[in-house]
Amino acid sequence: MAERQSPERQLPERLSPLEPVFHTGSHGNFEHGVDVILTETRPGSILQLAAWPGAEKQLIEAIRKVTGLALPDGAGGGVAKDGKAVFGFAPGKFTVVDEAEGLASAFAKVVTPAIGTITDLSHGRTAIRIAGPKAEWVLAKFFAIDFALPAFPIGAGRSTTHHDVFAQIQRSGADQFDVYVFRSFARSFWKALCHASEEVGYEVQ
Amino acid sequence: MLITCPYCGPRDVIEFTYQGDGNRERPQPASQDLDAWNAYVYDRLNPAGDHNEIWQHSGGCRTHLRMVRNTVTHEISSTGFARGDHNAAARHKAGGKS
Repeated sequence: MAERQSPERQLPERLSPLEPVFHTGSHGNFEHGVDVILTETRPGSILQLAAWPGAEKQLIEAIRKVTGLALPDGAGGGVAKDGKAVFGFAPGKFTVVDEAEGLASAFAKVVTPAIGTITDLSHGRTAIRIAGPKAEWVLAKFFAIDFALPAFPIGAGRSTTHHDVFAQIQRSGADQFDVYVFRSFARSFWKALCHASEEVGYEVQ
Repeated sequence: MLITCPYCGPRDVIEFTYQGDGNRERPQPASQDLDAWNAYVYDRLNPAGDHNEIWQHSGGCRTHLRMVRNTVTHEISSTGFARGDHNAAARHKAGGKS
């Protein structure tokens, strides 16, 4: 008889979909310097939280209680610090990211069925970080949104698409963005991102 | 062409999906009123001018939106959430630049 599963189900080890095309080092036109740095951040937990109508404030409070991150007011508001990140991507809906695994079970105790829902996307999304003085420039070739700092403040999140591939983008620094894409499209997106970064010179870390 | 999503702000029209005429009123599912169903399925105002429409920001926040679009000029004079209780989350006025 098969062994009974322990209550804390062990998920299989996570492999990067970028692995076959992930080549560390400098690439492209970097003779005059590297203007963007591309990395895969590989967070342990990526969650999507959604509040039922009227329960948005309770959900925001639950996020503060579990992560310690206080969401700023306003659509698309967010904050990223201490290895954790949260941002709104739709009315009453938030993406929460943690370097550590196990965020879903931490939220399960706080986000009751009366408040909203938790969807664990840790194995479903790939997190790609693009940083450097030309990060805005490179991303602007992909997405028709305003990446300028006044329109896209630090911590804020945006939900958009690149050729029907959904992307959630959070500005985690003045010249640093974290892009969350479907894991199944991540390799193709990464290759496109590398091609787009060639002209400015990029380093994969 | 840009459409100003009340949540996301101005976005390219390619991110949006037209979901149909916003003037229709769906009869109760159990309704046997054939005229009402006929009107719901087939009757359209087809105006040359302002038209109430339902759209979805399918390539962004995925919320459903109510819009008034001019069928002659394509000018969008108002946008808002189809669900009224979302309006607290709005930050962008129709036609606003940011």
